[in-house]
Amino acid sequence: MRTRIKFSSVVGFLVLVILVVPLLIVIVTSFGQESAISFPIKGFTFDWYKNVFQQPDFVEGLKMSSIVAILASFLALLVGTPIVYVLTRFDIHHKDWFQTIFLSPALIPEIVIGFALYQALVISLQLPLFISLIVGHFLLCLPYVVRLITAGMMEFDESIEEAAWMVGYDKLTAFFKVVIPNIKQSVVAAFILSFITSFNNIPISLFLNGPDLNMLPTSILNYLENNYDPTVSAVSVILMIITALMMIIVEKYLGLNKLT
Amino acid sequence: MIIVLLILPILQMFLPTFTGDQFFLEKYLSFFHSTGNMQVIARTLIIAVVTTLVTLSLGLPTAYWISRLGEKWKKVVSIIVLFPILTNAVVRNFAWITILGKNGVINNFLMQLHIIDKPLTLLYTNFSIVVGSVYLFLPIMITSLVSSFGQLNFEVEEAASVIGARPMVVFFKVILPQLSVGMLTGSILVFVGSLTAYTTPQLLGGNKNMVLATLLQQQSITLGDWTSASVVAVVLTVIAILVMTIMNYGTKLLDRRNTK
Repeated sequence: MRTRIKFSSVVGFLVLVILVVPLLIVIVTSFGQESAISFPIKGFTFDWYKNVFQQPDFVEGLKMSSIVAILASFLALLVGTPIVYVLTRFDIHHKDWFQTIFLSPALIPEIVIGFALYQALVISLQLPLFISLIVGHFLLCLPYVVRLITAGMMEFDESIEEAAWMVGYDKLTAFFKVVIPNIKQSVVAAFILSFITSFNNIPISLFLNGPDLNMLPTSILNYLENNYDPTVSAVSVILMIITALMMIIVEKYLGLNKLT
Repeated sequence: MIIVLLILPILQMFLPTFTGDQFFLEKYLSFFHSTGNMQVIARTLIIAVVTTLVTLSLGLPTAYWISRLGEKWKKVVSIIVLFPILTNAVVRNFAWITILGKNGVINNFLMQLHIIDKPLTLLYTNFSIVVGSVYLFLPIMITSLVSSFGQLNFEVEEAASVIGARPMVVFFKVILPQLSVGMLTGSILVFVGSLTAYTTPQLLGGNKNMVLATLLQQQSITLGDWTSASVVAVVLTVIAILVMTIMNYGTKLLDRRNTK
């Protein structure tokens, strides 16, 4: 038994090192003075960070990715929360069917969703790209919302809501005044997880972007096809900082285990 | 709404692929007749299988180690594991370009030690896609295994040791069977994830090592052949759903056996 613990400690520790080191290398290379990425670096400069903000694709992409992520997560919550409420509280025929349908976007490969939406919404229906993009990201976020809110509703004690009905709240008021505040944590967790998922997504955005509609991850991908300089390292570090900030906020208000 | 937004576009994508001059499956027959396409399918599946096996064999000891850590260290390690999951895939794949590239960390290091005198071709190979995918999905595998280790009954393990079972026997006969559900859940996520991934093969595979997702992108965006792209999309979707259904069924069977 002792040998197994030793073995697993060694492997576990190595795995952690493997997880961390590549990201550390990216951080270090973002400060190198040479115009090609090299490690170890020569010299020290912040110029590549300046260069990030001089790339219109990156600046516009950051804005657009944030807007799309916020709108899509908000929409997913707006649609997902009432659906989950109805599915968990009331007896509905073919409940399983509904559950499957609402989780179905997670079954279709993301790149196929992007491709299918491009054909259907942009080419056939001639909808603007932006709307199609929001639809795509909404579909991406919905399964996460459904899963997290369902978990929240399971923990919520039905009798509290029934008590609210008895003291004379109608069902709608009770939903907003009693149910929502009680599952607030799950709602916030669902929003943040949706935001991160949408913000990081590439396969759906790939088909639904255009000259005036740049998303940050796809912009980086395009930039990498033609350039190989520490600007990419610098923008990567900025993204890592955003991730770290998100994690700190979640940990402070919800606890990180809410996300997994 | 989901039906309009997701299912109809998917149907619209499916339909044109089933029309042909002689036979409704004509387009699929010619797709499967091409050795190039069959190679792409084989490569996609092999990469997914290898990635799953590697993440599983690295993830098991790591998760075992994490589950035995004290509360404080457990938290630190969980943050290290969670951080990459929430970081953009472009960033994580880009890190491996800097490591595996011609002037990358590994080649520089080996050249300086005079172990090799020409840089090795590590990047833009099947190997680099597997490395990138393992790096991408290892944290997800660890997370699903850790939660199943959390439910593990350590007393049974001790009992087995007390009656004289050797460590390896305890591991394979006592611990592994209890973990099978967690292992399957993690494997589904990793397998389907790497099967449908676009960013990793795009960045680390180059143009020669196509997988289904990059083939779909090439046929549609680069070549503008929407019908062939639809065929690829259908093939990818069917494989993904098939794999998920089979593995989910397996998980359910195991679950039932364990609770009996």
